Amino acid sequence: MERINFRKIFLNEKVIVSMVSILVSLVVAAIVIIFIGKSPLVAYSALFYGAFGTKEAIIDNLMKASPLILTGLAVGFGFRAGLFNIGANGQVIMGALLATYVGTQVEGDPFYLSIPLVIMAGMIGGALWAGIAGWLKAYRGAHEVITTIMLNYVAIYISNYVVNGPFQAPGGVPKSPAIAYAAQFPNIMTVGATSLSTILFVSLAAVVVIYIIIQKTTIGYEVKAVGTNPYAAEYGGISIGKNVVLAMMISGALAGLAGTTQVVGVYGRYFGALGGTMGFDGITIALIGQNDPVGIALAAFLISSIRTGSNQMQIAGVPKDMVTIIQGIIIFLVAANRIFKTMKFYRKRKEVEI
Amino acid sequence: MNNWIQAIVNVFSNPIFYKSTLTQSTPLILAALGGVYAETTGVTNIALEGIMLMGAFGGVAGSYFTGNPWYGLALGVLLGSMLAALHAWASIKYGADQIISGTALILLAQGITGFALVELFGQPGSTDLVRSIPLVKLGGFENVPFVGSIFGSLSPFVYIAFISVLMSWFLIYKTKLGLRMRSVGNNPEAADTLGVNVYNIRYFGVMMSGVLAAIGGAYLSIGELGQFTTNMTNGRGFIALAAMIIGNWNPTGAMLAALLFGAASAFNNQLQSQSVLSLSTNTQYIFGMIPYIITLIVVGGLIGKSRAPTADGIPYIKE
Repeated sequence: MERINFRKIFLNEKVIVSMVSILVSLVVAAIVIIFIGKSPLVAYSALFYGAFGTKEAIIDNLMKASPLILTGLAVGFGFRAGLFNIGANGQVIMGALLATYVGTQVEGDPFYLSIPLVIMAGMIGGALWAGIAGWLKAYRGAHEVITTIMLNYVAIYISNYVVNGPFQAPGGVPKSPAIAYAAQFPNIMTVGATSLSTILFVSLAAVVVIYIIIQKTTIGYEVKAVGTNPYAAEYGGISIGKNVVLAMMISGALAGLAGTTQVVGVYGRYFGALGGTMGFDGITIALIGQNDPVGIALAAFLISSIRTGSNQMQIAGVPKDMVTIIQGIIIFLVAANRIFKTMKFYRKRKEVEI
Repeated sequence: MNNWIQAIVNVFSNPIFYKSTLTQSTPLILAALGGVYAETTGVTNIALEGIMLMGAFGGVAGSYFTGNPWYGLALGVLLGSMLAALHAWASIKYGADQIISGTALILLAQGITGFALVELFGQPGSTDLVRSIPLVKLGGFENVPFVGSIFGSLSPFVYIAFISVLMSWFLIYKTKLGLRMRSVGNNPEAADTLGVNVYNIRYFGVMMSGVLAAIGGAYLSIGELGQFTTNMTNGRGFIALAAMIIGNWNPTGAMLAALLFGAASAFNNQLQSQSVLSLSTNTQYIFGMIPYIITLIVVGGLIGKSRAPTADGIPYIKE
């Protein structure tokens, strides 16, 4: 068996960029916390306690991580194909809506029929929504960033429309009727008001599946080829257009699945603000995880921990929005990673290596 | 059907529709113009949304602390420009992926404004009411039927927007600096060979986009009401980008496209309030998505064709 090379895993350039970016963002955040007259030590320990301090916190953390793994994979798969899918939020919404609709139609069916149907519906909903942007990119030359953002807004309006009208359950909050009981995922355990649902395994399975698709299949090879050098790929007989649409649809299917897990594992129905910030979090996660499925899973857990802990941090006097600032700094630094490369110590090390 | 015709006639015959078109377009025109500056020099700036948000927040914060909304505008422009400077620094000096850098700055702006909102005003959601920039009242002209109701009392931002369009058109197409901007955006290598400082011109383009988008954002907060609410830009930065594309990266074109979006939005608002239709509140969601769908159709090149500056979005690394 091949020996695992830890040096290669932990000292490669990409991992260093991610680690340094996270570190710098936390330092900058600490400076801001000092500036508003609070102690970063108190704030960060509150954050840590909020994320890991109790059983409920850990369950909450894992439940937050599981859809984030999926949106992270969605954005990361897009990046592999050279596409920036900033519209995971819209795909989450459309996937969840379609899954909910099918979920309400399978009343009376056994679970081994209703669960796959609902999951498929959610993935198809997300895939088709992203496919619009893929088609516009491949055949009309429209930049996917603008189209996916526009599709986000359209999805939000569609969901507001349906849960306030044709698909509304009675009661004050805008929400859909509940899906069939047999289509809901069982809980592993419940502590207080929080439950650990089996949807966590869906996300972990997706990590494995995407890893295999990227590393071992023709689809993965072609998508990567188009992402790295589209002209060379086309010269080699790989269709750019087909693969752009396909990659966008796989990305959308993952985001749709993220929305579906919330329907089948958390709410049992579609809620007005189900999408939340999952899509944008997915961008941070894909960038920190350097588009690697395992890296993405770890990054998702990092972001879910910060998000879960932020409530405690807010109680300690530091507004929750700090999390968004931290994410912004991380993305900025990963994008501008040449800042690190031009730093002196880095250059010195390079010289030694040569 | 007759009800709909009646309602549409009502909307178009009411001066409020035209005034509302102007006010809805104003932030879009300013931000789209900002986009034109940055992209003409070859830097994609999707951070417009974040810059507008900073401008909007700075506007209220400045007005709150000094009691003078003009200082608010100045603070808004300062904060927006700082965000633009970060984008310029990363994408010009360090060749960062401009789309990702822009996304980061949008998040940063959302975080900073949300954070500062809680810190300064004590609660999330919205700020206290502050003094807004007074409207320009044209004296007796207000009483002239129809046109008086449209132009009689408008925010100075509306005038600033249209004057900026004229000045920008002149600057980009009639001056030496404009020629340099266009050459840097289309062929940075050639411009460099001819002795044009590619980096400086690009910094200028991005900083101008920061100033203009921040003014557009400030209009949203201190232009009429005098209040900031969380994420109040609500995608206008992206719609402005679409307006810039439809307008073919040209100041007057961008202005016309922004007016079209403004009119769509004004039409939607006015149609909602037509009592002959007795629309349920739910239909606002259907009409609300129209500007976004128009944008999709337009950027999809389904109507007309537009052409971006050749080197738009590509970092220039000097050999």
